[in-house]
Amino acid sequence: MRFSNLIKIAYRSLMKNKLRTILTMIGIIIGVASIVTMMGIGEGSSSSIKSSFSSLGVNAIMIMPGAQNNGGVRSDAGTGQNMTVEDADAIREFCPDISALSPIVRTSAQTVYGSQNWHTSIFGVNTEYFTVRNLKIPKGTCFTMAENKSSAKVCIIGETVVTNLFGAGANALGQTIRINKIPFRVIGILEKKGQNSFGQDQDDVILGPFYTVQKRMLGTTNVGQIIASSTNEKVTNKAVDEITEILMQRHKILDPEDADFTIRTQSEISNIFGSISTVLGVLLTIMAFISLIVGGIGIMNIMLVSITERTREIGLRMAIGAKGKDILLQFLIEAVFLSLIGGFIGLGLGVLFSNLVGLFAGWPIIITTNSVIFAFGSATFIGIIFGYLPARKAAHMRPIEALRYE
Amino acid sequence: MNDKPVIETRDLTKTYTMGDIVVKALRGTSLKIYENEFVAIMGPSGSGKSTIMNILGCLDVATSGDYFLDGIDVKKNTANQLADLRNQKIGFVFQAYNLLPRTPAIENVELPMLYNPNINAKERRERALEALRSVGLLERAASMPNQLSGGQQQRVAIARAIVNDPVLILADEPTGNLDTRTSFEVMEIFQKMNALGKTIALVTHEPDIAEFTKRNVHFRDGSIFKDEMVANPRNATEELKKLPPKEITI
Repeated sequence: MRFSNLIKIAYRSLMKNKLRTILTMIGIIIGVASIVTMMGIGEGSSSSIKSSFSSLGVNAIMIMPGAQNNGGVRSDAGTGQNMTVEDADAIREFCPDISALSPIVRTSAQTVYGSQNWHTSIFGVNTEYFTVRNLKIPKGTCFTMAENKSSAKVCIIGETVVTNLFGAGANALGQTIRINKIPFRVIGILEKKGQNSFGQDQDDVILGPFYTVQKRMLGTTNVGQIIASSTNEKVTNKAVDEITEILMQRHKILDPEDADFTIRTQSEISNIFGSISTVLGVLLTIMAFISLIVGGIGIMNIMLVSITERTREIGLRMAIGAKGKDILLQFLIEAVFLSLIGGFIGLGLGVLFSNLVGLFAGWPIIITTNSVIFAFGSATFIGIIFGYLPARKAAHMRPIEALRYE
Repeated sequence: MNDKPVIETRDLTKTYTMGDIVVKALRGTSLKIYENEFVAIMGPSGSGKSTIMNILGCLDVATSGDYFLDGIDVKKNTANQLADLRNQKIGFVFQAYNLLPRTPAIENVELPMLYNPNINAKERRERALEALRSVGLLERAASMPNQLSGGQQQRVAIARAIVNDPVLILADEPTGNLDTRTSFEVMEIFQKMNALGKTIALVTHEPDIAEFTKRNVHFRDGSIFKDEMVANPRNATEELKKLPPKEITI
């Protein structure tokens, strides 16, 4: 028996009954379409969560001073004043797994340009901050190390600040704004980032040289926090240990329990959200897979009915020389044919649906090669599993009885 | 007729067990059919003629006894080998034609060759057309079974039976569903095939159909009761001329 002949036989018998073929395929079409859509939604949401975190830099490590302790009254975490630029320099010098590091001081202030004014956050950072936070300056430039050292009165501002001080789309570069009455020259505009995953506007910010903000605006010597970036994601935890050791030594702390600082990594936070969206994605996929199984049972039912209906045909085929395995393969090929063609149509519909969902609900949709392979693979698998039982039933018929079947 | 038997059975028995009842369908049947014979197997229902047909057609195996088909000892064959024997040695014609519905005549005739790996698509089409030509239905090759009359459907079935060039054509009441004229038309085809050298065994219970064959084997109660040569077989072509002309309805 030639395999090509079997394919021809299966193809002919599917084409002979187009309505039955289409009805059988519908289950698989819906199943595959929903798998593709669900996986697209799941994949899209998890990657959008991940990207909103990686906008902060996946390898970012944040070192915050502990709470201030004023005669037994403890304040917020991060209010301590025990972290200094020297701490930052020590970490940079002694921690080999850090690729970039910036001390940060933070304040908020009223900014004025012409007749407009706006209240916003001011961050004092050094040049490496832009690397750690993965920030880009498409218009203008960053300040230099020299400008930082000399407390130059320059700043880089976010789009929201531009809009509120200068008007949307206006050219702010080279203009001078006043922050707490101190004039600053705008030398760069930050790339628009939009809201972060907690709804904060990431563009409502002004970045200035660290020493400018620390000395000229805050007049302190301490550091609000230190942000660093490990050389890669795998050594982040090692870097955290090293930083802990350096800071404990510098702050003369023996017991890690008493540490007057806290260290957080970006991967900790992003892992939590990443795993939530993974769970969601898996749930959606399971639901879609169930509908595919229902589709498979549909195939099985119709194949069983069709085999009963075609008993005499099976008997005839056996009488003229079909072996049990020819009959088995014929019906199996029919089932796989149905599943594959259904899978193909379902894939097309799935892509269409996902794009529609993306369009109307505004959700990010990502269709990966994996989800396509998974959808197709499971359709074939379903075809073989649910096609086998009816096919086996057909193959085990006795030709004499099948021929006489009314 | 020469001395080479296409079919030789020795003491074939077949018993069916239905619950407690044991039915002896065949009680020791020995039968030889030689090349180019045209045999009618006759008998009332329950006489064992269908059982012997199933065994001769390799659709069923005997409980005991030997059966040689074209010199092959059938009982030594596995189910798959039996399928090959049916494919290559035997052509079946059924009472109910058993054509595949919604399938053109030509594809119905091609069907047995789809199960024969030695025939390619081109040869398959040529042989199917040739078989249809020999039953006089070449111009209906593309017709669906429901567009053909009963007689024409049976002729398509005969074309399907001869297309693999079998050593034996087995027909199970081929005229059972047909009126006299179309029955005679079908018998005319069989006689033509026989004249071309085909060996044919057909089951019938109509004596006037059996008169077209060369030899009548009568079964009764599971064994051969009478085996006689037909002295002067009727000629179907002649008989058709004698029939009143076809009624023409407008």
